[in-house]
Amino acid sequence: MASASQLLQYVISGVTVGSTYGLTALGFTMIFNTTEIINFAQGEFVMLGGMLAVFAIRWGGVPLPAAVALSVLLATAIGVVIDRLTIRPVRGRSVIALIIITIGVSILLRGGAMLLFGKDTYSLQAFSGGAPILIGGAALLPQSLWVVGITLFTLLGMKFFFDRTISGKAMLACSCDRKAASLMGINVEAMVTLSFAFSALVGSLGGVILAPITLTSFDVGILLGLKGFAACILGGMGNPFGAVAGGVLIGVLESLGAGLLSSGYKDAVAFVILLALLFVRPTGLFGKRMTERV
Amino acid sequence: MSFLQKNAHLGGLLALAVSVLLAPRFLPNEYYLTILIVGGFHVLLTVGLNLLMGFTGQISLGHAAFYGLSAYTTGILTATFHWPVPAGFAAAVGLVVVVAWLIGIPTLKLKGHYLAMGTLGFGVIVFIVFNEATDLTGGPSGFTGIPKLSAAGLVVSSDRQFYYVVWGVVLLLFALAQNLVRSRVGRALRGIHTSEAAAAVLGVDVAKYKVFVFVLSAFYAAIAGALYAHYVTFISPGTFSFHTSVQLVTMVVLGGMASLWGAVAGALFLTVLPEALRAIESYDILMYGGILVLCMIFLPGGLAEGFRKSAEAVRGLFVPKSPSEGGKARSPR
Amino acid sequence: MTSSARKEMFFHGEGITLRFGGITALHDVAFTVRRRGLQAIIGPNGAGKTSLFNVITGFYRMEDGEIFLEGKRISGLPPHAVARAGIVRTFQNLEIFSNMTVLENALTGGHMLGKYGPLDFFLRTPRFFREERQMRDRAGAALDFVGLFAQRDLPAGHLPFGSQRLLEIARALCAEPGILLLDEPAAGLNIKESAALGELIRRIVDRGVTVVMVEHDMDLVMRVSDRVLVLNYGEVIASGTPAEVQRDAAVIAAYLGEE
Repeated sequence: MASASQLLQYVISGVTVGSTYGLTALGFTMIFNTTEIINFAQGEFVMLGGMLAVFAIRWGGVPLPAAVALSVLLATAIGVVIDRLTIRPVRGRSVIALIIITIGVSILLRGGAMLLFGKDTYSLQAFSGGAPILIGGAALLPQSLWVVGITLFTLLGMKFFFDRTISGKAMLACSCDRKAASLMGINVEAMVTLSFAFSALVGSLGGVILAPITLTSFDVGILLGLKGFAACILGGMGNPFGAVAGGVLIGVLESLGAGLLSSGYKDAVAFVILLALLFVRPTGLFGKRMTERV
Repeated sequence: MSFLQKNAHLGGLLALAVSVLLAPRFLPNEYYLTILIVGGFHVLLTVGLNLLMGFTGQISLGHAAFYGLSAYTTGILTATFHWPVPAGFAAAVGLVVVVAWLIGIPTLKLKGHYLAMGTLGFGVIVFIVFNEATDLTGGPSGFTGIPKLSAAGLVVSSDRQFYYVVWGVVLLLFALAQNLVRSRVGRALRGIHTSEAAAAVLGVDVAKYKVFVFVLSAFYAAIAGALYAHYVTFISPGTFSFHTSVQLVTMVVLGGMASLWGAVAGALFLTVLPEALRAIESYDILMYGGILVLCMIFLPGGLAEGFRKSAEAVRGLFVPKSPSEGGKARSPR
Repeated sequence: MTSSARKEMFFHGEGITLRFGGITALHDVAFTVRRRGLQAIIGPNGAGKTSLFNVITGFYRMEDGEIFLEGKRISGLPPHAVARAGIVRTFQNLEIFSNMTVLENALTGGHMLGKYGPLDFFLRTPRFFREERQMRDRAGAALDFVGLFAQRDLPAGHLPFGSQRLLEIARALCAEPGILLLDEPAAGLNIKESAALGELIRRIVDRGVTVVMVEHDMDLVMRVSDRVLVLNYGEVIASGTPAEVQRDAAVIAAYLGEE
């Protein structure tokens, strides 16, 4: 039987990793809310966040804060390029076509990262020192505080954006009814590009803040993307708070599962949850039930 | 339609059979035989997947799971438990069919992205099990000692023999797929692709048919998997990863989604190409991504569409267009 | 009501109520359709006409009510079972199979009349060829009936809009329905096409098919229908012959607004 401090440890690491799942999920949500597309390449933005920062330091010798900013900016730019080059030409095509394209994009990003950066795993320096703080027998890394803090800040920022700003509402309008939105004078194409930019920003931010804790390499994107998607479904597709909550929940369940049951099957936890949700309650914990009309 | 048009598919099948028969004579050495054998596995996988994706309009991003499940089942039954190969083979295919049916029922109720993610999740879970159930599967280092294909005392020992066995199976299953497509069930599946509602009001039990074609595509994958296991005699989880599932989807997309011949073309092309490009092996991951993106943007119908358009262009050069198109047929009065 | 009385009534529904969240789309709707006739369902936009079709054909589940066909309850059956009971519909927003030819569309219409199974089509038994030929003949005849036989090898998506509407009707006829539900068949057609459609529908009725039609085109409705049912805000406000309904005060008020 695990001790209280062990449990606390599992929860802490679960919340930390889960926050990244949550940020990945936020990225999914942004694009979905504007375009109803699920961007399979989302996980790669997270990967790019960490990797670009690592190599900004290695190759450019820039200090850590600059590396973080640079990687997020670059990833955002890549998000915009992806929208322009690959998504725009196939707008309005079938769901399968979009799925296949975003899978193709994710492979290109992953392959590109592998060729540029190699297959090794890399670590990033912690933002404010690596000495763990002891709480109740469990070790809390200062980086974890950064992770949770930045996640909450991003979440609040997003809520503010969607609720209070014109652009945010415009983006929501696009997902409800693209034609009506454009008739209202909303530049739908620009909104879509913006959603890709935001989702790359949020995803890469998640990657760069987590990299000091979990290390990063060219292929972390696949699993992160899938778990982020599971978090979206768990929290109700399209609900930003649900996305983050879902991510944290999955992170904690995963961590507890790895610690208490078996670490080998850790990754399977998120997918079993995903399948269970899809089969039983695809609208998630906080989503609304949908009816289909003919 | 003319007799030639109506039976073109039989002619194609014959041409394929002849090519299969003659190909080994033209190969410079035995290594190429291996490529064609693996190509045969891929054709089986791709034809099955095409029935699901191209004709019925569903998607599976976890098909490598069925491939691997069959390979591991027959491998474990025949190597660890000393079952005779035909029994192991049959049990493996049977198990995959049952699993596909059980998973298919809830999964095929999902649509679009949810279906994609559901199949992806299933594929990843199976992959993790291959890696973690070390006692049974040997874990990441793989499973060895699988006996070669044999039945009633006859062992398929040489590559050449195996080549004929595999492609014999391919021809048979390809013909069966053709027969399915050209039947009322095939039309119903294609109808489901475009409009599930319209298919339903014409009496098609859409849910049942979707599960049926899902299980059928898993059956094809299972046959390929069991053959694969008894050919290579050593299997490891890496062969059955998400990357492989994506490769299979790429083969379907490249070949052309609603075209069985496209499936053959796509599978063979993407089996041969990595071999031909061995020099730039590390770039192959980029190639798949590039093919997927470029294909969907510029040639959504894949090689099949490209071929058809070229054929029409060529025909257009020789046949002058008549002033009135398509009004000459007589109606039955 | 006794079951023999129900059988007499051929096709009818009672007490049909349908709700979407807070909106009541249909409230206590009852209808009776007699054998071999053309029944029209009209009403202002949003009156619930297509919802009624969706309820009958099993796409929506109603909160309350029953629907009977020749004494058998068909309410609650899924769409493919309703079709197999003999009720086939067309759609307001065309749902033709654009990935197939015109002939293949019609052939798919005959799907449930085919009895052959996997053994037959995998192995190409004589039964397969016999039934395929029958389906082909039926499909050809249906296309000829609506005037599309010449275009049978064209991709269905290439037909002009009016022809696509005819194709959907031909496809439905291939299913040999006892009852054909037409959902706004004249929508998007010009005057000439509408007139031709009216003629076609009467010919369908003459062949013994009972037709129920949702329509907005008053000219068409009044000209060809035997009986008319009027819905407004999900409720039945009138029922009778075209002449009776035209004179009905409630109907006039519904369409023109209160004086």
